[in-house]
Amino acid sequence: MPIPLIEMKQVCKSYGTVAILNNISLTVHPGEFLTLLGPSGCGKTTLLRMISGFEQPSAGEIYINGQCVNHLPPQKRDVHTVFQSYALFPHLSVFENVAFALRCQRINNEEIDARVDDALRLVQLEAFATRSIRQLSGGQQQRVAIARAIINRPKVLLLDEPLSSLDYRLRKAMQYELKQLQKTLSMTFVFVTHDQEEALSMSDRIVIFNHGHIEQVGTPREVYETPANLHVAKFIGEANIFDIDIHGVDKQNLLTTIESTPLQCKNTGNYQAGDKVHLIVRPEDIRVWGETEVTDTEGMLPGKIIDIVYKGSTVDLKVKLPSGKIINASEFFDEDDDKLEYSPNETVWVHWVTGWEVLLPYEN
Amino acid sequence: MKIKPFSIHFIFAWVFLFGFIPLCLVVIASFLTKDHVNLVSLPLTFSNYKELFSPLFAKVFFRSLIIALMTTVCCLLLAYPFSYLLAKSKHKSVLLVLIIIPFWTSSLIRTYSLIAILKFNGILNVILLKAHLINQPLSLLYTNFAVITGLVYNLFPFMVLPIFTNMERFDFRLIEAAKDLGANKWAIFFRVFLPNTSGGIISGCLLVLLPAMTLFYIPNVLGGARSVLLGNMIQNQFLVLENWPQGAATSVILTVLLLLLLFLYRHHGKGVIH
Repeated sequence: MPIPLIEMKQVCKSYGTVAILNNISLTVHPGEFLTLLGPSGCGKTTLLRMISGFEQPSAGEIYINGQCVNHLPPQKRDVHTVFQSYALFPHLSVFENVAFALRCQRINNEEIDARVDDALRLVQLEAFATRSIRQLSGGQQQRVAIARAIINRPKVLLLDEPLSSLDYRLRKAMQYELKQLQKTLSMTFVFVTHDQEEALSMSDRIVIFNHGHIEQVGTPREVYETPANLHVAKFIGEANIFDIDIHGVDKQNLLTTIESTPLQCKNTGNYQAGDKVHLIVRPEDIRVWGETEVTDTEGMLPGKIIDIVYKGSTVDLKVKLPSGKIINASEFFDEDDDKLEYSPNETVWVHWVTGWEVLLPYEN
Repeated sequence: MKIKPFSIHFIFAWVFLFGFIPLCLVVIASFLTKDHVNLVSLPLTFSNYKELFSPLFAKVFFRSLIIALMTTVCCLLLAYPFSYLLAKSKHKSVLLVLIIIPFWTSSLIRTYSLIAILKFNGILNVILLKAHLINQPLSLLYTNFAVITGLVYNLFPFMVLPIFTNMERFDFRLIEAAKDLGANKWAIFFRVFLPNTSGGIISGCLLVLLPAMTLFYIPNVLGGARSVLLGNMIQNQFLVLENWPQGAATSVILTVLLLLLLFLYRHHGKGVIH
């Protein structure tokens, strides 16, 4: 394990009697792209503001590079922030905005010129140096905010939902550029977002927040494929959730019933007969067969198609099971089935490969 | 949306009738000759301006300018922190109303009431004596101090309002951004806050400086006979000497000064944007 760059030990934050963050312990490793993910109001921005020094923890300690920074003002911390609103200085040109941190350190003009030019080149804005901030588009302002924050080569760059005000296409492009920039600079990024797709595609590790505590920390693959609990499973990607009872255990397999159909699933969590669990299946793991396509329907659930959405690379279906429960299924065009022709109200058989489901302990 | 063109035309007509035409009349009068019966008469002459190039006028002009500048500086030093507190306050509207309410009373009456505070056995001297800060009463009334106090008191809102408006629009997140980038208190103030509120400061100074040179009744009331300022001079020319062309010429000089300042402000404003 490398030495952590940022370490939070039992950090709590409350305003009066309202607790915002409860007992957060988290480490950030040098050079990683860490994403704080959660719905709005879950405390992720507050945590970021405690790292940058704009908020002080009510309890616990924050260490940056081994030094406790609890009482260190933002000016003294080797971290810079890209703000959600960008907070660019409207009275300064693009060049002077980027040069701001250097001017505050009274660095000589030649060095400022060279370093600002470098930073502007990194974000492809070298042609805009003399422009006023008001003359820039949202995407360009975003780049100025990034250049301004990296000019000082901070140990950690904090990004507070920086892409949320950009349109979809630009956001996609900036996601890729940010990731490239992070690799080029080999700088540590702590990124806050509520967009799970953004988190999955950019991060080395994701920290999932809910109601002021951490639900799970893991790589994008870990949090998607083995969610720690129901909230994570629902928050990351789409999930079909069945509440089931386990009837029996057979070696590695559990015996259960879904929608009156006997089924087997992998025993991943040391469950016993009589346990109640949540069974989660991702839409893309579900296969939907037409009545004529299958002969052996063992382990398959009967259903009726109620909605079909053609998405180009997939066909998304809503299937109504006999109990009235509606599940989502995404079907891919591949060698098995290159037509994917379904019609509304068609009777179908639904199934998934044993072991692709995820079992979680029952939560009330 | 028929109302909008109408209101614009109305404002335009108003400014033309009651602003532009009187101004033209003043300019025309300044080139005419003094007449005891009709106030002004032909022939056209430059003599009204020529007479202003006198040591006496220069003396009055510069004394007024210095008093007006001191008033402006005092107003600014008081109004800048005051506007900041106002902009940050939760009770903005209440505080704003409290500033404006005194101005519902005539400015002349309020200026006279300053005498009660500043006079030899006035409130201020009594308080200072009781507090043992002074041994004998100070003669404050009929000094430049009294004039400047009166001017600052009367013109303070004209400095506060533009600065407050500017500060209220200021995005205080910029201060966080500056802190984040390592700016200390001085850098935050001089590199971020001051440049972003300079528009309000300049507007406020323009609104205070010119009236400070021409509010004739304040020097009249608080400055006594010794204090002749530009405003008193113009008043004298019109009402005592009945020399309207001369008074008009003096006013025109002041107007030109105002235009010059506005031009400098515009020029400076453009410099900021680029």
